[in-house]
Amino acid sequence: MARDSLIGGALWEEYSTEVQRRMNTPVHMGEITQEEADATGDKLIIADFGAESCGDAVRLYWLIDPKNDTIQKSKFKSFGCGTAIASSDMMAELCMGKSVDEALKITNIDVEKALRDTPDVPAVPGQKMHCSVMAYDVIKKAASMYKGVDMSEFETEFIICECARVSQDTLREVIKLNGLTTVEEVTDYTKAGGFCKSCIKPGGHEVRDVFIVDILADVMREVEAEKASKKIIEARGNGDFKSMGLVQKIKSVESILEEYIRPTLKADNGDVELMDIVEEGEVFNVLVKYKGECISCSMNTTTTLAGIEDMLKFKLKAPIKVIVT
Amino acid sequence: MEIYLDNNATTMVDPKVVEAMVPFFGQMYGNPNSLHKFGTQTHAALTKAVDQVYKALNAADADDVIFTSCATESNNWVLKSVWLDHIMHGHKNHIVVSEVEHPSVLTTCRFLEEQGVKVTYLPVNDQGIVEAHTVKSFITDRTALVSIMWANNETGMIFPIKEIGEICREKGVLFHTDAVQAVGKIPVDLQAVHVDFLSFSAHKFHGPKGIGGLYIRNSQALSPLLHGGEHMGGRRSGTLNVPYIVGMGLAMELATQNMSATSAKIRALRDRLEDALLQLPDVFVVGNRANRTPNTLLISIRGVEGEGMLWDLNNAHIGASTGSACASEDLEANTVMLAIGADSELAHTGIRLSLSRFTTEAEVDAVIDAFKKAVGRLRAISSSYAKVQPTHS
Repeated sequence: MARDSLIGGALWEEYSTEVQRRMNTPVHMGEITQEEADATGDKLIIADFGAESCGDAVRLYWLIDPKNDTIQKSKFKSFGCGTAIASSDMMAELCMGKSVDEALKITNIDVEKALRDTPDVPAVPGQKMHCSVMAYDVIKKAASMYKGVDMSEFETEFIICECARVSQDTLREVIKLNGLTTVEEVTDYTKAGGFCKSCIKPGGHEVRDVFIVDILADVMREVEAEKASKKIIEARGNGDFKSMGLVQKIKSVESILEEYIRPTLKADNGDVELMDIVEEGEVFNVLVKYKGECISCSMNTTTTLAGIEDMLKFKLKAPIKVIVT
Repeated sequence: MEIYLDNNATTMVDPKVVEAMVPFFGQMYGNPNSLHKFGTQTHAALTKAVDQVYKALNAADADDVIFTSCATESNNWVLKSVWLDHIMHGHKNHIVVSEVEHPSVLTTCRFLEEQGVKVTYLPVNDQGIVEAHTVKSFITDRTALVSIMWANNETGMIFPIKEIGEICREKGVLFHTDAVQAVGKIPVDLQAVHVDFLSFSAHKFHGPKGIGGLYIRNSQALSPLLHGGEHMGGRRSGTLNVPYIVGMGLAMELATQNMSATSAKIRALRDRLEDALLQLPDVFVVGNRANRTPNTLLISIRGVEGEGMLWDLNNAHIGASTGSACASEDLEANTVMLAIGADSELAHTGIRLSLSRFTTEAEVDAVIDAFKKAVGRLRAISSSYAKVQPTHS
């Protein structure tokens, strides 16, 4: 939101001249017949993707020379809006002369870039980007038919944003590396969610299972957890409680109390303070003092105490006994 | 020739209306609430506009017709104030609307649902209308309000407002109708139907944008949406928009006087267009003509996606719509088409053509020609009309 979004966009004015030209006079629109394939000895592939009920459907025709897997001729038919027709036309053009494996590398972003008038200005507005995704999917369908395999074989990544072709792995990595915390930042860094926006959260144009908000929340949780354990590791120095100096021991115990114990106690208006650590033979006596509601709590010598002791013992891997002073 | 067939979205302001408005910008610009002459010299024109509006709607003197900024405001006012008066500070908890209401009703209802109000969205039949008995069966003893549009913006289908009004009166439930697509197109007689509240907007009947109204039967209680000075008897504050009120009054008079003759002319042109387009194979029109606003035609063309069709019509200098103009940025399937249970393949193929009293026969004929050409071109591209089919497994 802000000034630019106050008046509805002029959707069509954001189409590049090339998109408009191909919508008005698509070059590769048409069909290829079996007779034509028989005459040249090529293999005919006809692939369908999408459905009219979803608003977009495309049919791709390929003539492939079976000797070298090269696409000799490529035509399309499309039920769809201007963007769908123009991007199908460009997609058919980009396939021509390529081997099937090379064609598989063409993405909807390649198609969109080829439709630009100038390199920096998108060929279509963001909300129309999903109309070009169809052009990408139908290539995979055609290639799978030619190779006699399932389409899913070509999808090695789990794509979250179809428009910008950003995978779940990429998203997780970028969020983590850069410490991102908002969807806007994720879009700035990866372009994911910047187009039709249906991958951001439930309720968008397309039905999906995982959204950017879910991934963001999940990675943020992970990062937090890692930070916490990192603090503990740092506090523990080389990790061997027994060989630590007293200051290091206190730091270690403090970090565990802060991370795992105090949040629970504070929820009930209580707290615990570390008073001292005293070595007694093989055992380390951790002396603590309750504060707030904990002082009068009936469980302060039973459940709570046992909880603190267990947590310290397990986390610091040392024989620890907690004593209330 | 540029042809505008999107009159359900908005209309051209009648030049006579523009002319009537002009003096109230630079000459008689006073605030009607002022005591001096600058203020009081606007009163005659305002009184005339009020007369024109009351006459056009056949409202009684005991009723209120409050000027608002638009029908969206009027719809928000009724829904939110009924919630405040009867649900928040009352014992009711329920509102009934149709699933094909304008976004200003549906979005407000979704907001009210977030506040804990129960909302029933009534389905429409295969003609695209809500039947009166459906309304009856969903009213409970805790229903505060029924809000059903008089005519639908996308299909032009006219809802049984008289019957629904009777049911609401019997059940003691408040009844609101969004009459934006009815006022100025078909007779709206508030003595002949029982409605408690009715919304309308001037720009749908050749008046200016930014002015509309809310009819309130018998001046009954409804908390204000806009609090402020004592304008409109304290019911809707904000300095009276004199030129726009004057414009709306005249626009309403022009739209409703000789309505039967004017609408017969519009209907004849619409039918001429509809008959010609129905000659195309695999097309269908939503709703029977007799029960439709005379200017509207929603036609579905198999194999041709709506935005693509609009593109080609636009290239031929024709303005049409795929549905609600408010929703045209979303480019989603037509909700009414889905609601009437049309073949799902047709949900993205609806084109709305809406005429006005300024539409000419020559324009209609030019549209027929351009429309057929566009369908021919787009079906040649369409995968739905491909001849060579995949021979697949």
